[in-house]
Amino acid sequence: MSTVLKLSREIYVQMVAHCIKGLPDEACGLLAGDPGEAEVMRCYPTRNLAASARVYTVDPKDHLIADRDAERDGHEVIGVFHSHTHTDAYPSQTDVDQAPDPNWHYVLVSLRDTHPVVRSYSIVDGTIKEESVVVLSASGSDPQEREAERVPV
Amino acid sequence: MSVTVRLPTLLRPHAGGEAAVTVAGSTIGEVLNELVQRYPGVTAQVLNDDGTLHKFVNVYVNDDDVRYLSLLETPVKDGDEVSILPAVAGG
Repeated sequence: MSTVLKLSREIYVQMVAHCIKGLPDEACGLLAGDPGEAEVMRCYPTRNLAASARVYTVDPKDHLIADRDAERDGHEVIGVFHSHTHTDAYPSQTDVDQAPDPNWHYVLVSLRDTHPVVRSYSIVDGTIKEESVVVLSASGSDPQEREAERVPV
Repeated sequence: MSVTVRLPTLLRPHAGGEAAVTVAGSTIGEVLNELVQRYPGVTAQVLNDDGTLHKFVNVYVNDDDVRYLSLLETPVKDGDEVSILPAVAGG
């Protein structure tokens, strides 16, 4: 069964805005939600300690703050996002080699073209599998009641 | 001397499903050694074969990353919170 990663429009914008703000370097951040639900409830923009246009390292201090905050809200970190400034929204070999958790969602934001492209993947034992990304247009308790829209690819 | 060790989700299945465990020790090295003795399944992701800290893990004492303190020699005191998180990086 293919996974569908759900996120609100606010979180989508927050994520993409952080990536654009990070230019010319890659930008990164963490995503929190309920494990198994594949819905992002919180986005934590973090510093890229590598300060590079080619690689990123989530600032460990920012990671700890995000992890504690997510836990306080009853969530967990369920994924990471980062930008590719000049390449596709597809995991690089480095992304695959360093993927920290097979249960996480790996969201790529490509800023190569005029319009940002957002894609999500699972990375398990070196195997990349794309997940659908659905942006929910309004916040509410029941995702079924929300008007959902597939991100244009 | 005992501290609380917060475990990342990936290590919890190796520690009886616990999100946090209480471990004795006076340095980070002692705490981690005690942890891996109790839960051998977490070893490979926390320590290298030579006993040094694994490159892809971050360990904190309260708010501070031990890489900016004294690594495994970093002292801990009763009631400290030690957090283990995966290092998150890519290209």
